Amino acid sequence: MAIFVNQDTKVIVQGLTGGQGKYHGLRNKAYGTQVVGGVTPGKGGTDVEGIPVFNSVAEAVAATGANASFIAVPPKAASAAILEAAAAGIAFIVCITEGIPAQDEAKVFNTLVRDYPKTRLLGPNCPGIISPGKCNIGITAGEIAELPKAGKKNVGIVSRSGTLTYQALYELKQRGIGVSTCVGIGGDPVPGTNFIDCLREFQNDPETDAIIMIGEIGGSAEEEAAEFIKANVTKPMSAYIAGVTAPAGKKMGHAGAIVSGGKGTAQGKMDALRAAGVKVGLNPTEAGDLMAEIIKSIS
Amino acid sequence: MDLFEYQGKQYFARFDIPVSPGGAADTVDEAVKVADASGYPVVVKAQVQVGGRGKAGGIKLANNAEETRFHANNILGMDIKGHVVKRVWVEHASDIEEEYYASFTLDRAAKKHLLMLSAQGGVEIEEVAEKDPDAIIKLHIDPVDGLSAAAAHKAAVDAKIPAKALDGVAKILVQLYRCFTEGDCDLAEINPLILKPTGEVHALDAKVSLDDNADFRHPEWAEYRATEELDSREQLARTHGLQYIGLDGTVGIIANGAGLAMSTLDVVNQVGGTAANFLDIGGGANADVMAAALEVINFDDKVTSIFINIFGGITRGEEVAKGIVEALSRVTLKAPIVIRLDGTNAEEGRKILADAGIPESTLISKPTMLEAARAAVAISNGK
Repeated sequence: MAIFVNQDTKVIVQGLTGGQGKYHGLRNKAYGTQVVGGVTPGKGGTDVEGIPVFNSVAEAVAATGANASFIAVPPKAASAAILEAAAAGIAFIVCITEGIPAQDEAKVFNTLVRDYPKTRLLGPNCPGIISPGKCNIGITAGEIAELPKAGKKNVGIVSRSGTLTYQALYELKQRGIGVSTCVGIGGDPVPGTNFIDCLREFQNDPETDAIIMIGEIGGSAEEEAAEFIKANVTKPMSAYIAGVTAPAGKKMGHAGAIVSGGKGTAQGKMDALRAAGVKVGLNPTEAGDLMAEIIKSIS
Repeated sequence: MDLFEYQGKQYFARFDIPVSPGGAADTVDEAVKVADASGYPVVVKAQVQVGGRGKAGGIKLANNAEETRFHANNILGMDIKGHVVKRVWVEHASDIEEEYYASFTLDRAAKKHLLMLSAQGGVEIEEVAEKDPDAIIKLHIDPVDGLSAAAAHKAAVDAKIPAKALDGVAKILVQLYRCFTEGDCDLAEINPLILKPTGEVHALDAKVSLDDNADFRHPEWAEYRATEELDSREQLARTHGLQYIGLDGTVGIIANGAGLAMSTLDVVNQVGGTAANFLDIGGGANADVMAAALEVINFDDKVTSIFINIFGGITRGEEVAKGIVEALSRVTLKAPIVIRLDGTNAEEGRKILADAGIPESTLISKPTMLEAARAAVAISNGK
């Protein structure tokens, strides 16, 4: 088991003929992901190293039976690409594009909720999702993800930051702890999938025994997650929140990572998570150490 | 990007939001010229992006050219909480009957636009929220639907805006919403929104924060970029296209990825140091980017050690190491580097660094983030 994706997930890459789309799409395929097609308007009928390219998502779905899409197109084209995928019936969309205007993002999110309630968007501005050994959609280096182990305790990861997601995977790999699924929800203000969506899935996933959550300053997603954890998550968790020392009023690299009006501080988020029973580390390594202790105690 | 008041007013004017006649001035003579054209009395307002301008003496009323000259002379060059006034905004002084508050932002939790409206304006809205929360109405707007004239009118009624100002306020709300959405603002705020004795409603102040991600579709923002309040380090970083934020500490930071960069600041702080900056060099770390990053860090006189924190995901460790070695051959550093290189092919990368013959006084390699932070802080603190 895994969440959102598995070995049967069939992926098309919107923007497969572009630099990013080609590089990561081929890497995902090499990892073993079923990358069944690509979409680039005007390039239908061609192929990228054997992967057929279509003019539209609808054509690609009709020809390949794809149920997931990996969007790697520039910010200007990303909103339209997401809505095109949803309209073609794609159930799971991963958008790695960084730099989509917040106004566009808010519109796309609310359009999906209203018109395509069965479609789940992961991102934008996220590293993607990896279910080690089964499916890798996005830019995560597959080799740093430890395979889940039958008969042992495995961990689910959910994170707002790309590099800290890799860091978390690496911390677990070094300790030999398997990963069920690792989800990067992205650092933008209006993510399509939030912590709670992932926590709910992890709680229901029989292969996931414990959860690491990595948050950062800005917004209130971590506080909302803490409320959800208190009421609904029985699996043990560790967490790390980046940005304790970030100055107020500055966007720290991610569009959503900003403390404004005294709200969205790391301290507030850590307090909320601790109150919900989550073990909070002061750096990613400490969160890894805490998870190792958790795994030991439940094994 | 935060706009100065005068830029916010100019931006408002693009969306037909009424503001007082006036203009920006960099010199006393210009200020008088603008005042003459706007009609006396005028208000001379310091253009700095910090609260409490009025209390600091940065906002003055002038009844004639002589008074304008006097106040502009005092205000230009004034230091307000560390911000030196380089420009004033001079506008015709309005008679004020009542003051309101209006703003649009994105409510991240609700994932909808949020209108906040109050009949109690002219003071900090946070104060109103604390003392009399019911005096502020909050209306969520679905970004797909937008704000209709009818909904704006109802919001004004709900906020207990008096009847004589209702139409004027509702009209401005629709205009301000257009500014917020089509103008790609993170924040569009009017405080105070005033009612004049003549019955007109208009914006007496403007607080606008623009969404940097929308820069590509707003060529008109270039002029705002030009006046952005950046320190000299941030300006240099911008010329190199780096994601840099200047801070006050002594450990220069270079990391790949925004989350890791934030985390690096935290770890430095945790072991007793202070970061000089936030710098995210992105996923890759080739020699050009690394050299540019080192150049920016090197420019900061306060920096006494440099902490390079790289986690190789897609970018492999040996590529990062080669980039650093080449960058070091181009930049002569004033402070030593402590590097933590981890992730994909980190060992190969560390070997390249070790074999490059770089003296320990220039570069020290540590296997973990925490150890590297300790070493960088120890050097920085002179231990």
